[in-house]
Amino acid sequence: MLKRLTACIREYRRDTILTPLTVSMEVLLEVMIPRVMARLIDSGVEAGNLNQILKLGSLLVAMALLSLTFGALSGRFAARASAGFAKNLRHDMYHRVQDFSFSNLDKFSTAGIVTRLTTDVSNLQNAFQMIIRIAVRCPLMLVFAFAMTVRINPRIALIFLCVVPILVVGLFVIIRYAHPIFERVFHTYDTLNNVVQENLLGIRVVKSYVREDYETKKFHTISQSIYDDFTRAEKALAFNMPLMQFCVYACMLLISWIGAKLVVGSQMTTGDLTSLFNYTMQILMSLMMVSMVLVMITLARASAERITELLAEESDLKNGSNPIAEMADGSVCFEHVSFSYANDLEKLCLRDVDLSIQSGETVGILGGTGTSKSTLVQLIPRLYDATEGVVKVGGRDVRTYDLEFLRNQVAMVLQKNTLFSGTIKENLRWGCETASDEELERVCRLAQADSFIQEFPDKYDTHIEQGGSNVSGGQKQRLCIARALLKKPKILILDDSTSAVDTKTDALIRRAFREEIPETTKFIIAQRISSIQDADHIIIMDGGGIAGFGTHEELLANNAIYREVYESQTKGGNCDEAAE
Amino acid sequence: MKQPNKARRRGPADSRGTLKRLLGYLLQYKLRFAVVLVCILISACTTVAGSLFLKTLIDDYITPLLASGSTDFSGLLRALTGMACLYLVGILSAWSFNRLMVDISQGVLKTVRDQMFSHMQTLPIQYFDTHHHGDVMSLYTNDVDTLRQMISQSLPQMFSSLVSVIAVFFAMLFTNVPLTALVILCVFCMLNVTKYVAGKSGQHFVAQQRDLGALNGYIEEMIGGQKVIKVFCHEDQAKTGFDTLNERLFHSADQANKYANILMPIMMNLGNLQYVLVAMVGGVLALSGWGVTLGTIASFLQLSKGFSQPVGQISQQLNAVIMALAGAERIFALLDESEEQDGGYVTLVNVKYQGEELVETTERTNLWAWKHPHKDGTITYTRLMGDVRFAEVDFAYEEGKPILHDVSLFAKPGQKVAFVGATGAGKTTITNLINRFYDIADGKIRYDGININKIKKSDLRRSLGIVLQDTNLFTGTVRENIRYGRLDATDEEVEAAAVLANADDFIRRLPNGYDTMLTSNGANLSQGQRQLLAIARAAVADPPVMILDEATSSIDTRTEALVQQGMDSLMCGRTVFVIAHRLSTVRNSNAIMVLDHGRIIERGEHDDLIQQHGTYYQLYTGAFELE
Repeated sequence: MLKRLTACIREYRRDTILTPLTVSMEVLLEVMIPRVMARLIDSGVEAGNLNQILKLGSLLVAMALLSLTFGALSGRFAARASAGFAKNLRHDMYHRVQDFSFSNLDKFSTAGIVTRLTTDVSNLQNAFQMIIRIAVRCPLMLVFAFAMTVRINPRIALIFLCVVPILVVGLFVIIRYAHPIFERVFHTYDTLNNVVQENLLGIRVVKSYVREDYETKKFHTISQSIYDDFTRAEKALAFNMPLMQFCVYACMLLISWIGAKLVVGSQMTTGDLTSLFNYTMQILMSLMMVSMVLVMITLARASAERITELLAEESDLKNGSNPIAEMADGSVCFEHVSFSYANDLEKLCLRDVDLSIQSGETVGILGGTGTSKSTLVQLIPRLYDATEGVVKVGGRDVRTYDLEFLRNQVAMVLQKNTLFSGTIKENLRWGCETASDEELERVCRLAQADSFIQEFPDKYDTHIEQGGSNVSGGQKQRLCIARALLKKPKILILDDSTSAVDTKTDALIRRAFREEIPETTKFIIAQRISSIQDADHIIIMDGGGIAGFGTHEELLANNAIYREVYESQTKGGNCDEAAE
Repeated sequence: MKQPNKARRRGPADSRGTLKRLLGYLLQYKLRFAVVLVCILISACTTVAGSLFLKTLIDDYITPLLASGSTDFSGLLRALTGMACLYLVGILSAWSFNRLMVDISQGVLKTVRDQMFSHMQTLPIQYFDTHHHGDVMSLYTNDVDTLRQMISQSLPQMFSSLVSVIAVFFAMLFTNVPLTALVILCVFCMLNVTKYVAGKSGQHFVAQQRDLGALNGYIEEMIGGQKVIKVFCHEDQAKTGFDTLNERLFHSADQANKYANILMPIMMNLGNLQYVLVAMVGGVLALSGWGVTLGTIASFLQLSKGFSQPVGQISQQLNAVIMALAGAERIFALLDESEEQDGGYVTLVNVKYQGEELVETTERTNLWAWKHPHKDGTITYTRLMGDVRFAEVDFAYEEGKPILHDVSLFAKPGQKVAFVGATGAGKTTITNLINRFYDIADGKIRYDGININKIKKSDLRRSLGIVLQDTNLFTGTVRENIRYGRLDATDEEVEAAAVLANADDFIRRLPNGYDTMLTSNGANLSQGQRQLLAIARAAVADPPVMILDEATSSIDTRTEALVQQGMDSLMCGRTVFVIAHRLSTVRNSNAIMVLDHGRIIERGEHDDLIQQHGTYYQLYTGAFELE
């Protein structure tokens, strides 16, 4: 895990190394300063030596300025190193996701990937900065400061050996007690947020059923449990500051007692005594910080695990050796194809499918939810690989083609389709970067989108909001079809892509397909019989297999499922046909 | 209509008022709060006394002992014991105020959260329609969180620092005036430097926040459409766009953290410089015979540190406080939103027949009546039938932008009225008015002959069932979700409702049947199944009037048939308003209202309207898109 993460440091290696180095220098100076100050008091002030005061004073000024410089530099390097590390992490993850196949994407889910790229990276960035800076600084400070006290007087240093364990054990007990409670509270927080979220989304339901009090009660229960847990955890944390104070005060008193004796016995100077007080603070504060850093790092570990999981994921769809970038025609052939999303022959979604479609034919696909209609067509542009059997396009196994070439030849309009924020033109050009404006208009006319685009004030430069929220469902679908047509594909697949388009426009689109791109093989998945009844072949899907294959008339005559659907959609008057 | 809250990062507009109001919450814990203040005071004073002790130690004990060469440490021991007692008091008060602050801060937070939520429940639908859910959510998360930090950390620390600053200031003044002036001067310089650096850091943090928002937005959009990217082989462009934003974020994050990181070393070393300066000046003063003792300098040095540190802390905490106040202000804005107004006094009660007469009763009779108190003190009971009439209703969401014009219609008990029309024609608006999610501008709506403005909102809504096009389910079991319609429904009643809605079949096939947990709005169910649950939920409530808003999204024919059957059985014997998206469902309505730009342009039965060859005919034949 660590290796994969440290690999993201790359060009920021220099900053990453310089940070602990400068931090060490800073700490060294910080520890030296109280020593020199002690000498200033002893040999300067106490001895009444003005020269010495000025000499040591200027030395101290120089040291403080130097320490400032190192401190500022270390902050500078740390910022760069951690920001750079985060940048590379995001870069690596995002680029890896781009190589993911559909099944990789399914495995991680959209929300999972987004969280990893956002929250988890932020957590790791903070932890990284903390490790190269604070986690270096505090232990060093501890060691240096302790070494100084030993140098001043080994007997006094023993005081720390007695007091420090108290602090360590105390902190350990507090954290050990509070940490699990905090973890639990964060889960409860999620529940609380979930209640608010659901309430906001379903406010009409809440109000319709007059469930305001019920919801409030639900909320109060959770907020009470947050209160209880938080109070318990923070009660434990309330011991932190007194514990720290206890240790500091104990050290001070002991140092005062032993120190005074030593000073009187001339084994130590007054200056030594004051600097010992400084070291006390430095030692104990560092310990406190170390414990905080440890907690933070354990919190970041979960994020680190999630991120490495994604970085370690290998795409399961790759180009074969010598990929082909040439396609004879748009014929499609399935030979004993079985498919399972889990790659498990026990859990098949498609079972032993055989199919042969000539180039230029139109194929309609019909079937209920969960009958693997989408699964079937997704094998053609190799969004997934068949678990068993062979899918052939243009007479060759799809796995022999170059992936990008294959997908440009097989255009697919997904069921869950998306437009991206940008102008209509920009969205359409996803299909072909270099398409001319005339070309755009041509495909839009084919997809029956030109007419409504022309009605927008900015026409083809109209800005589309994220997710296409400012166009209607039917308009969105037509834009998506136009975008796919721009590829000039040999095969075109529409996965329930005209469900929000009215029947008349739907018919016009199909007519345009028939007349303008007759050589393109077309697969149309639909719920409406009218969308597919004039196809060359209609496939009826049921239970992961083909339950019927034929023309409208043939199926109507001998397929029960088709007949049932047909009758349910046309009962009582058949006005759809009248319109065409 | 919805504008994301762009002012999120800005400071509070009225910090004094907000602070005062916030203090009001703290003052609910009067006694404990007073104890906390006293404890902080004691604790801070002990710390100051600690630094002064060094002077006493050197001047009163060590120097005389050194001078006299005596080895009698009993005086010192007494002094140390005294200090130990003082420290003990300090530690105890530190623990007390930390401990008490837990109760206060968590208690205040709980009160604030609870108030926010219960107040939110009383707000009119308009509030939810005009505020981004993300903004409201962040009140509960970010803003409450900054409030927690402020109450439990910033405020006590600031108070403690303030006490220290004042105590140390007087202690310094008492010790030596010229040196005090020097320290004040140094601290003044320090504050200016930190203000500059913190300002720089703040600017870059805003930039970082902006770039982070831009990158996260891009990530969300692109990952959300990742499959489309794959299908169009658009990976390289998606990478380029990402890299640009990523690089930009790197720069602003680098800058922001740089300034934040160097703030600490600057503070600390300026402190060191001040220390040296005081030592040198003090030394010079001591040598030039200003009556400055060695002990004075030693303890003054300690004091000067105890002065600059809390000043620095205050200036750092101030930022956090300003952020928290801005958050508190947003929270108070929610609490100040005016509640849904309800002047209704007609209530829905259970009745039974005594002869011909309707008599109110506390038992569940399944016979309901409107209880209508009149000005003269008499009470009339009108049986709940489900007769709804609109008379010349006008309505606008925003002043000057009317949505409905002069709409009149009636639905007799048991009738089915369907609304059809294009997007924005005003179909959903009509249903918003029946259950008084919004109040009409002009005209009248009557329910069983009673003006709905006179009916108590909760009773009015209880008499109406609603199935919305977007089904909202809540985290909980299937059973709990259906029971949402009527909380006291028995298991049998829940299941009977599910049977009626055609949902029983699929529910029984779920892993745990009726006890299957649903999360994130029933993500493990299909769209059609969610709808069936919503229908079952309405069925268990068993209201005389139903409002059905059909789903637009496509569900497969078989499920659709199930949903249709479910809806049909739900409609049976009720007054129903249907907002139709599929015309096959409106055919058997008693009346079809064709809406266009807020006006009813055609009305009648299916056959009549087809005959007319008007808009309905065109819609029906698929010439227009229905949405």
